[in-house]
Amino acid sequence: MLQLGVAEPMRECEYSQISTRSSTPMETPYKKRTPKKRKWQAFPGRNKFYCNGRIMMARQTGVFYLTLVLILITSGLFFTFDCPFLSVQLTPAIPVIGGVLFVFVLGTLFRTSFSDPGVLPRATPDEAADLERQIDVANGSSSGYRPPPRTKEVVINGQTVKLKYCFTCKIFRPPRASHCSLCDNCVERFDHHCPWVGNCVGKRNYRFFYMFILSLSFLTIFIFAFVITHVILRSHRQGFLNALKDTPASVLEVVVCFFSVWSIVGLSGFHTYLISSNQTTNEDIKGSWSSKRGKDNYNPYSHGNIFTNCCAALCGPLPPSLIDRRGFVQSDTPQPTPPTNGITMYGSTQSQSHMAAATPLMQSEPVILTDEASLPGRTSLGGPCSGALPLGGQPTPPTSTPNLSCDNGMLPTRNDHSEAHHHFLTPEEAPSPPGMLPCGSPLGHSHTIQGFYNPASQDSLHEDSVRGLVKLSSV
Amino acid sequence: MAEAHNLQDLQHQAALASKVYVQRDYNSGTICRFQTKFPSELESRVDRQQFEETMQTLNNLYAEAEKIGGKSYLEGCLACMTAYTIFLCMETHYEKVLKKIARFIKEQNEKIYAPLGLLLTDPIERGLRVVEITIFEDRSISSGR
Repeated sequence: MLQLGVAEPMRECEYSQISTRSSTPMETPYKKRTPKKRKWQAFPGRNKFYCNGRIMMARQTGVFYLTLVLILITSGLFFTFDCPFLSVQLTPAIPVIGGVLFVFVLGTLFRTSFSDPGVLPRATPDEAADLERQIDVANGSSSGYRPPPRTKEVVINGQTVKLKYCFTCKIFRPPRASHCSLCDNCVERFDHHCPWVGNCVGKRNYRFFYMFILSLSFLTIFIFAFVITHVILRSHRQGFLNALKDTPASVLEVVVCFFSVWSIVGLSGFHTYLISSNQTTNEDIKGSWSSKRGKDNYNPYSHGNIFTNCCAALCGPLPPSLIDRRGFVQSDTPQPTPPTNGITMYGSTQSQSHMAAATPLMQSEPVILTDEASLPGRTSLGGPCSGALPLGGQPTPPTSTPNLSCDNGMLPTRNDHSEAHHHFLTPEEAPSPPGMLPCGSPLGHSHTIQGFYNPASQDSLHEDSVRGLVKLSSV
Repeated sequence: MAEAHNLQDLQHQAALASKVYVQRDYNSGTICRFQTKFPSELESRVDRQQFEETMQTLNNLYAEAEKIGGKSYLEGCLACMTAYTIFLCMETHYEKVLKKIARFIKEQNEKIYAPLGLLLTDPIERGLRVVEITIFEDRSISSGR
């Protein structure tokens, strides 16, 4: 392990399969050996996928099942016990309308719960490194553990909007996007995380969510009204208590509907207001565009009139999913190393001691480092690896582990011989703090891999990603 | 260890690739638009005018995809009425334009950028965050890795 960890970083990249699996010559495409994995299987967020990536939900789905059960039971009871009486006594249109509403409610619920809310895929390691570089150039050299908060200001329609940098996803969040801590994803036009539907509500499923609560309000009111009508009609003939004895289910339905009506109708009203003013729940709660903040504070995203806002939100074009869930991971590199390795490489620095011992091997071959050093954060770390890919093909995907071992070899040597390495750094590299750039890429890898294997370690990952931004020597 | 030396040689010979990223331009709001500012790393590689033209066309295509107008409303209403099952048979307008964009980028790469040793990556593959431009520099004859 000593040798492999440092002595052959490049070898690890190119022959990583040898170290982790059986020996395979470089020429053999890795694809033949490992089954093709779909991207949802390597997704770094805390989501659950079903039906081979077609369905995407949050991790906690218990409340969603409660919602489903409540709707099914209440509607079921209505159709079984109340509709026969009502369709005879009043009109058969009642079960028909009820049926249509019921189907619509379920359809929109499933659509809200199962679709991608507008998750922004995380930055590739190269992108992250490039951004880090730009930020450092802008900030000047940052020392200390935590760099100053990263924000960019942008003027949209006359309003100054601050774009924040997401440490987890390594991107500057677009305006109106927010990072959902429950799902651990940045979501575009983030409204809120709804446990009742078991998913975030964002750009891509907001209209379904709205239609769900709207149709559910109608359904609840519909059932409530007609169950009461049923009981009243029966009471005329039999007296109130007898009527209740004949239709006990109605009592349950009334109770459920009564309590639901207040919350759901209220929520529908609230969201109608949000849609007409083109705000998200997030913005409304924070009071981002409230006039209380300042006289000149207005919502730059609003189209001006209520009608256009509503149309845009509900009938506008539906953007496609940015995370290609069912696509195959473009991996010419083998499976990631087991989680323990991944964690120890970045979470702990005790490994540095045996890395340091192995560094003399690196010292004798400074040329390697030059090559590695001259292309930090670019494909160099994945260079030898992605060399296996056809040129012009996909750069090293997030799940490629070999870079972990490459970088593992890189990190301690950079720390220990940072001064020596400066000589080898190309002018482009000089401004960047040593040890940071290689950290950018591997963290990107480790992050995704950890997310893939062990979502529970996200906190340590977050810490690592912050640490990784500064010299590891002090860690 | 001898193998490591061979690997070094191979790495020297392999094409050196660096990447330039063109970020999103949010000055017009949340619509998809990329900065048209010419990156300094490409100064020596490609004509400024040509690059800016490519970016502008790309921006126009995205604007077309996200346009809110009569046609998109019609599509939205139709989809709503059919409970979105219509998209099992039909592509959304956005998806159609994305395909157009993919073709455009492929064509630009083949005609203009590949001969200059550059490669544009379709932004959709980067989550519409950036336009990634890979710069290839052949160090020596590539030994066909």
